[in-house]
Amino acid sequence: MKKTIITVTGKDTVGIIAKVCTYLAENNVNIEDVSQTILQEFFHMMMITDTAGSGKTTAEMADDLKKIGSEIGVQITCQREDIFDMMHRI
Amino acid sequence: MINIQEVIETNEMILHENLDVRTITMGISLLDCTDSDLDRLCDKIFRKITEKARNLVSTGRAIEAEFGIPIVNKRISVTPVSLISGAACRRPEDFVKIAKTLDAAAENAGVNFLGGFSALVSKGMTPADELLIRSIPQALACTEKVCSSVNVGSTKTGINMDAVRLMGEIIRETAEATEDSDCLGCAKLVVFCNAPDDNPFMAGAFHGVTEPDVVINVGVSGPGVVKHALETVRGADFETLCETIKKTAFKVTRVGQLVAQEASRRLGVPFGIIDLSLAPTPAVGDSVADILEEIGLESVGAPGTTAALALLNDQVKKGGVMASSYVGGLSGAFIPVSEDQGMIRAAERGALTLEKLEAMTCVCSVGLDMIAIPGDTAAASISGIIADEMAIGMVNQKTTAARLIPAIGKKVGDSVSFGGLLGSAPVMPVNRYSCREFINRKGRIPAPVHSFKN
Repeated sequence: MKKTIITVTGKDTVGIIAKVCTYLAENNVNIEDVSQTILQEFFHMMMITDTAGSGKTTAEMADDLKKIGSEIGVQITCQREDIFDMMHRI
Repeated sequence: MINIQEVIETNEMILHENLDVRTITMGISLLDCTDSDLDRLCDKIFRKITEKARNLVSTGRAIEAEFGIPIVNKRISVTPVSLISGAACRRPEDFVKIAKTLDAAAENAGVNFLGGFSALVSKGMTPADELLIRSIPQALACTEKVCSSVNVGSTKTGINMDAVRLMGEIIRETAEATEDSDCLGCAKLVVFCNAPDDNPFMAGAFHGVTEPDVVINVGVSGPGVVKHALETVRGADFETLCETIKKTAFKVTRVGQLVAQEASRRLGVPFGIIDLSLAPTPAVGDSVADILEEIGLESVGAPGTTAALALLNDQVKKGGVMASSYVGGLSGAFIPVSEDQGMIRAAERGALTLEKLEAMTCVCSVGLDMIAIPGDTAAASISGIIADEMAIGMVNQKTTAARLIPAIGKKVGDSVSFGGLLGSAPVMPVNRYSCREFINRKGRIPAPVHSFKN
């Protein structure tokens, strides 16, 4: 099963991970890996997730997470892993 | 496994460097629509296009949402209309009716442009070809989404100068017919030499007769991504410069390949080609001129411009061909004036002339593109500019094109504005000496000696 990559970018504030994880748990999405870094004063977090058990499509989750992101002032993307694989792996 | 740096790099390209897939273009053959009755022909054309392209736009949107990559345009190209309508059309007005049908089909499918109101006349014109060409001014004036192209030359056949002469007049008439909208009709009309059968980009897209019934072609883009990558290697040697462009072109093209494969699979339509072109838009930071200036020119148009563009075009291809097994269409760097902020700026300050643009077209795709010229430019002079551009394509065995906009009622210093992706263009000066006697000669320019390869 192809993975879904969720990224969060923005100013570091309390509760970002909690908000995103709550949403993922509610939608039965399994988080397989989390990494984070600070780049040019911005907080970047990436989650590799398995969405096979979720009833929602990647597009629907991307939409929901975008809304959650705007509520807490960060940018959240949700994309299928293929785009990164294609670009960075031969 | 993918790491966070790679994910950040990709998303930076999308969010801040204007990385997008410029177009998914569905090519649709209309060869099976032929009919001797005009109404039946139009009915068949409308039904075939709307059936085949029914899910094109929704599929494009779904791919955008899932992969987080913008797909700017969804478009359709069809068989050159002159090939399917000879039995049904007796007058230019009949072709206008077909153009209106194509416009309605494009509207129904939800695409923003449909290309293929075209004629291929590199060696001669059939009556249908000539009628179609004569209908172009009216057809483009009364439709919104239809794009037209005429192939007037090739390396194998030479240049059909009768068609070149006619196109000079047709371009003027098209400008006059669409004067109210800043001569917008001419932005939807391209004259080609060596036109490719599988070009996904407008206004020159058509679905060639060598193509399958339906096909998906994808045009990638990404001038902003290349510009940004080159900012990190300022002052470095040529090898580093070339490596950087190649790597970036590879990444950009891989995204196009992914989108093409997904679109093809979901629509159940074979994948044709990826067109590797660096296609600018009027948006800030999405400019081919900016790349050339980043390479080291004070302004595009300065001495060295042609060499820098040759390097850029070649490295884009070398990076891109590794990323997709099927590369086609135009594939190179586009240098339209109106659609590129950097080109507009250079033209306005007098750094970029028509003659320099002509030289640049020798080393890149596609040609003299989206260039506004004074409204009083004679039809013969327009034909002369076209002939020059066609000669470059014919001799260099490459595609060249001319998309010229005679700005009716305007002169050098004025500008035309189309909005959207078509942008705006300052009116550029044209050499004022005449070529009328040259253009008035009848017949063809023969194919060059190096075309005899059999």
